[in-house]
Amino acid sequence: MSRRSTMTVAKDAAVEAVTAPEVSREASREASPEEAPATVTTTYREALREAHREVLARDPRVFLMGEDVGRYGGSFAVSLGLLEEFGEERIRDTPLSESAFTGAGIGAALRGLRPIVEIMTVNFSLLALDQIMNNAATLRHMSGGQLSVPMVIRMTTGAGRQLAAQHSHSLEGWYASIPGIRVIAPATLEDARGMLGPAVEDPDPVVLFEHGSLYNLSGTLPVDPVRVDIESAAVRRAGTDITFIAYAGGLGKALAAADLLAAESISAEVIDLRVLRPLDDATIMASVTRTHRVVIVDEAWRTGSLAAEISARIVEQAFFELDAPIERVCAAEVPVPYAHHLEEAALPQAEDIAAAARRAVGAHG
Amino acid sequence: MSDKVVAELHEPTPSVGDGGPDMIQLLTPEGQRVSHPDYDKYVADLTADELRSFYRDLVLIRRLDAEGYALQRQGELGLWPSLLGQEAAQVGSGRALKPHDFVFPTYREHGVGFVRGMDPQSSLQLFRGVSQGGWDPAEHNFHLYTIVIGAQALHATGYAMGMRMDGNVGTGDPDRDTAVICYFGDGASSQGDVNEAFVYAASFDAPVVFFCQNNQWAISEPVEKQTRIPLFQRARGFGFPGVRVDGNDILATYAVTQHCLDEARNGNGPLLIEAYTYRMGAHTTADDPTKYRVSAEVEEWKFRDPILRLKSYLAHEGMADEAYFTSVDEEADRFAAELREGCVTMKTMPGETMWDHIYAEEHPVMEAERSAYLAYKASFEEAN
Repeated sequence: MSRRSTMTVAKDAAVEAVTAPEVSREASREASPEEAPATVTTTYREALREAHREVLARDPRVFLMGEDVGRYGGSFAVSLGLLEEFGEERIRDTPLSESAFTGAGIGAALRGLRPIVEIMTVNFSLLALDQIMNNAATLRHMSGGQLSVPMVIRMTTGAGRQLAAQHSHSLEGWYASIPGIRVIAPATLEDARGMLGPAVEDPDPVVLFEHGSLYNLSGTLPVDPVRVDIESAAVRRAGTDITFIAYAGGLGKALAAADLLAAESISAEVIDLRVLRPLDDATIMASVTRTHRVVIVDEAWRTGSLAAEISARIVEQAFFELDAPIERVCAAEVPVPYAHHLEEAALPQAEDIAAAARRAVGAHG
Repeated sequence: MSDKVVAELHEPTPSVGDGGPDMIQLLTPEGQRVSHPDYDKYVADLTADELRSFYRDLVLIRRLDAEGYALQRQGELGLWPSLLGQEAAQVGSGRALKPHDFVFPTYREHGVGFVRGMDPQSSLQLFRGVSQGGWDPAEHNFHLYTIVIGAQALHATGYAMGMRMDGNVGTGDPDRDTAVICYFGDGASSQGDVNEAFVYAASFDAPVVFFCQNNQWAISEPVEKQTRIPLFQRARGFGFPGVRVDGNDILATYAVTQHCLDEARNGNGPLLIEAYTYRMGAHTTADDPTKYRVSAEVEEWKFRDPILRLKSYLAHEGMADEAYFTSVDEEADRFAAELREGCVTMKTMPGETMWDHIYAEEHPVMEAERSAYLAYKASFEEAN
């Protein structure tokens, strides 16, 4: 099978056809109170698309390029309709070469343009890693501050869709270790809608990870553009007994685990990291100081993971606040399995997170 | 064992290519002017003054190179990548550029930078480690040296795409139409980035001239390891023109590069130039070429020296005399003295600058590390 994942991409496009944006973007007003903002029912995918539409309309220097972003509407249908709206110059279908469109994006950014580059999956981004790490991330420093590479590199990450071991890994922790870039990972509709704007305005390269299992996440958003920062972590659920630290695809599972535990009178606080570099240590340590127990959820392999980095920071900065060993719930250290049941088993699940929390609070059941 | 196998080491016989019949040449190695129906027009208007200034450029950058090499050997530079033998390829192509064209060099293009008007101290600064980058790329439209082999081919392509998006290609206005020239070597021709840049530039009609200095060696790998066919012929497979020029012939390099830049500015890019030349020295000061190539090959190439060839032509045509050549040598001596003096008096960078410019704005990780360093540094002052 080609690495272009034709079958799954077709499946995603089919989902898109069902939830046509024109229908779902219909504005609706809350019954009361009167000052409540107009909201729109949307999905993570549509929120990302709206974010593109906003930055493309706002700044003529912005353009999107990558494989299948134009006529096909994006491998995961994020850019569907943008070619018709903004034209071929600004929604550029490219030859099949990750290093080429990333490197050319760097060149265009050096000239003052604001490219958004879409790489189909994080696994394919390895073909562009030299351009990202040895070039985009270093040029400002190696030019004594003279050069800027204001580009956004978007890519899909994460497993859970039966795309097997060459399309499903969570390598964002690798990127989070690189000085010179910012790494962000929206897990909510609000962030899917709001993070691209500040990412495009960032004078440095930003790597934006879209979690593949979130594209169909649905909910409501205000009709007006959403403003969020790309600096801080967010507490998505307040709690007192234990802190869950998660991001992207792990957030929903952590929230589900918190629900499970609430029934057992264990109160879990859930932090959504949002920004993987730089990590928001203050939010993490403040929460640990309140709860004294931690579970870190990471869909990447445990060894050398972002979860390992966060564990180390907690030990360095809040060791005496801990009442129990830090728990990590990570993916099995195997290439992500293709078989559905094995894939599910390899990934962190809500019940795994709840079990880790019970160990940490000493509530073995 | 009766049949004793003895490994015999033969000194390899150098097969020194001459560039073949497709190579554009306007000056023979002996300095004889030969005519070419397509390219004569690009050099027809050169005055004796201009030709003498070509000669001066060649001599000065050879001296710059010699000084860079010597300064490294004296411990004043960390590294020096030599351009020895490639002077004509660099001056010829560099002089063909207009000021508003944009250059993406490798780390060996000291000569191109020089003819763009860059302060020759700049590249010494870089290799002395007293400056990040070394120069302002906007000042002479000369990008910083790219160290990663071939990576700049993609940057040049993206930059050229930007020029096209800005409408600076094919307008017919000579002050507006712009080209990008991208330098790389025969070794880089095997890199994915270079081949992907060819595909990409062709796909978007990018106004870029890919300028390959085939100096026959990629450290120890001969060009035969990189390619079965002459490199310029590869362009055909990517759907754009390729031409081989005698890279030791400054007139031919100047003419061919002008032609290709015009084509790119007119919207007919990309194009590939293979400048057939030879790396007379080591890859860099970290290399010892005597380990992998024979001196007979180097001796053969000495007969094709780019400076002697132009000198012979100028003398034969009566455009320069011994007094002129002597005056250039004397200028080179003064130039070298200034380079040495400038180099050894350069100021070093304070330690805390290590954390500068990693991001446009302050970053918590860098800030924490810099603060710790500054506190450590201050502790010595307090102790005193």
